[in-house]
Amino acid sequence: MGDFTFSSDFWSWWVIVLTVGNILGCWWLIVWTMKKRAGEAASGDVTHHTWDETLQEYNNPLPRWWLWLFYITLVFAVIYLVLYPGLGKFRGVLGWTGEVRYEKEMAQAEAKYGPIFANYAEQEIPALAADEEAVRTGRRLFLNYCATCHGSDARGFPGFPNLTDDAWLFGGDPASIKTSILNGRGGQGLMMAWEGQLGEQGVDEVTEYVLQINGREVNTELARKGQQHYQQMCVSCHGIEGKGNQALGAPDLTDAAWLYGGSPGTIRESIAKGRNGRMPAHKDFLGEDKVHLLAAYVYSLSN
Amino acid sequence: MNQSAPTPNDREVENVLYQKRQKVYPREVHGLFARLRVAGVLVLLGLYYFVPWLTYDGHQAVLFDLPARKFHIFGLVFWPQDFFYLAMLLVIAALSLFFFTALAGRLWCGYACPQTVWTEVFLWMERKIEGDRPRQMKLDKSPLNFRKFRIKATKHAAWIAFAAWTGFTFVGFFTPIRELGASLMNFSLGPWETFWILFYSFATYGNAGWLREQVCIYMCPYARFQSAMFDKDTLIISYDESRGEPRGSRKRSEDRAGKGLGDCIDCTMCVQVCPTGIDIRNGLQYQCIGCAACIDACNDVMDKMDYPRGLIRYTTENRLEGRPTHVLRPRTLVYGFILLALLAGLIYAIANRVPVDLNIIRDRNALYRETPMGLVENIYTLKLINMDEHAHSYQLTIEGLEQAELVYREDALKVPAGAVAELLVQVRIDPVHLDRPSNEIFFVLESLENPDIRIRQSGRFLGP
Repeated sequence: MGDFTFSSDFWSWWVIVLTVGNILGCWWLIVWTMKKRAGEAASGDVTHHTWDETLQEYNNPLPRWWLWLFYITLVFAVIYLVLYPGLGKFRGVLGWTGEVRYEKEMAQAEAKYGPIFANYAEQEIPALAADEEAVRTGRRLFLNYCATCHGSDARGFPGFPNLTDDAWLFGGDPASIKTSILNGRGGQGLMMAWEGQLGEQGVDEVTEYVLQINGREVNTELARKGQQHYQQMCVSCHGIEGKGNQALGAPDLTDAAWLYGGSPGTIRESIAKGRNGRMPAHKDFLGEDKVHLLAAYVYSLSN
Repeated sequence: MNQSAPTPNDREVENVLYQKRQKVYPREVHGLFARLRVAGVLVLLGLYYFVPWLTYDGHQAVLFDLPARKFHIFGLVFWPQDFFYLAMLLVIAALSLFFFTALAGRLWCGYACPQTVWTEVFLWMERKIEGDRPRQMKLDKSPLNFRKFRIKATKHAAWIAFAAWTGFTFVGFFTPIRELGASLMNFSLGPWETFWILFYSFATYGNAGWLREQVCIYMCPYARFQSAMFDKDTLIISYDESRGEPRGSRKRSEDRAGKGLGDCIDCTMCVQVCPTGIDIRNGLQYQCIGCAACIDACNDVMDKMDYPRGLIRYTTENRLEGRPTHVLRPRTLVYGFILLALLAGLIYAIANRVPVDLNIIRDRNALYRETPMGLVENIYTLKLINMDEHAHSYQLTIEGLEQAELVYREDALKVPAGAVAELLVQVRIDPVHLDRPSNEIFFVLESLENPDIRIRQSGRFLGP
């Protein structure tokens, strides 16, 4: 309720009138039922109703403390509505909102756990990767923030890199890993769509050549033509030998690690339609210290 | 209250609708049922105050360790995962209530309910300090002077001391009581411990000292629905109207038949001993908690008068109306049978409890992964919970997919006592062996030290 905003004064007043009306109504109800009505059974007598042939009900008095409890609940409601939000747009004199409470709890958590991460942040990543306790903490962070895309075992899925092998798009040294998490990747590591430039036939030829440098059985005639296209269009990113370029995030085409899959059909699709994977930046969201620990965890997976 | 000054008439009506509490001064009572209740009080409170101090195997025998979420009951350690047993225990408790209530009325209320048990102790303290019923009434009527203040202060001090011990004991079930005692002695109690000790002390003092019968009459739900379990063969406490009426006072020497009187001498002893302040001679009332104090009191009087006992006695509605009564009847037989079956089931379940648990959490972000070799792979996070008191090494196997291969780090299967281990597992299979996209597989975890500790859990394996 604390963060609820009313679209108009009308609804605000609507809530106020209903709430206050209900409190007054409860109080009036108690006063009104105290009036003796004609034909009412006297206290301790049997009322006029009979159920199940023989079952009758006494008109027994309630205990007085029950009445006091009822009044106390009314007083409680009034005090609550003065202190906390509840009456339409009135915010309550304590200024309580869900946001304030959230920020307070986050600040408490930060005060409690911040020093732990700050302590880790002062150590070198390779040292942290060898520290069992740090790796365990890092793993918990990984499961929370990374496992959704990279998998619980960090081996990735099509389109999401495997973090446990030695194939790195942007480099597997501690600094590169940390930069990847902090600032994200993508944009500069863009694979264009070559369909338009190469045509169907051209794409087939380049696919054949890529399969060849990947060390598979191919049609050499097609691959030879593909090589010519490759040296015009692909070489600037993937290099003469197809070893890729970590400065650009261009993958190595000669190894067994395929980000989107290594079957001929999938490779063909990558060349024809292009790929545009993105790693989001986590700097603002997680903060430097936690990213440092995460980088250490990721580093520990392949070292 | 900003209403206009109430007219006398209003006030009168208010007094009729809302009753000021009349304090009940139960007179001390001696007899068979009073002795039974005292025995019940001693056994139950003895257990309550004594059990937390027991040690078993080097730890507190009964400890409900909430922060660690482990519940020690002598040699058994229950985990939150064992909630099933608690649920069963609660069902058994409920059925026991049904069974005994159907059999003999409000036995629970009269002999075993904490409200009765603690009130009994508080009444005993009150009698020791203020004297019995007449003296208590006289003291309450007398104007406040030093003597009255001294007696009242002594009583409340005794009550509060006992209540504080009760609160302390209660918390001692949840946090090691010896350490709790030590930290109480050097004033280093934590805020939560302090709060709960005070809370339960206050609740004991308030309920047993002040509220007493008000709890039974106005607050307690059990008091309400127990009458639904009564039938005409249920034991109730009843005044024998045909024998007692017309009531009236007489000398012991007088012949009651000559005066045209029944056996009731109208001494109101039964009313004076009643903890809820009712007159049993008006018939069965919902306020009656079945404590049988009036039976003891009346039997005493009957003995003195040389009349036969049992003017007020445990009887059944059928018997009062001269019909035969049956202890064995569908209601008691069915309750009893279900109760026995559940008890046997619970004992069997606990005796055969396997102190290991396995939770299977499948990675849900992708349906499956294809390895470079063309195999289909699913990833699982397994949580192994070793609930035993010894470390175990486990062996993990899969069933359900014959050709599937299981991959995990071997060393992760050593789990220390009472620990939870997390294990990352991959299951791989050649897609030619899959007939459908979703397959059931079973993970089987077996202790190498003790093959009886074995658990089989099902999971899903997704493929193309």
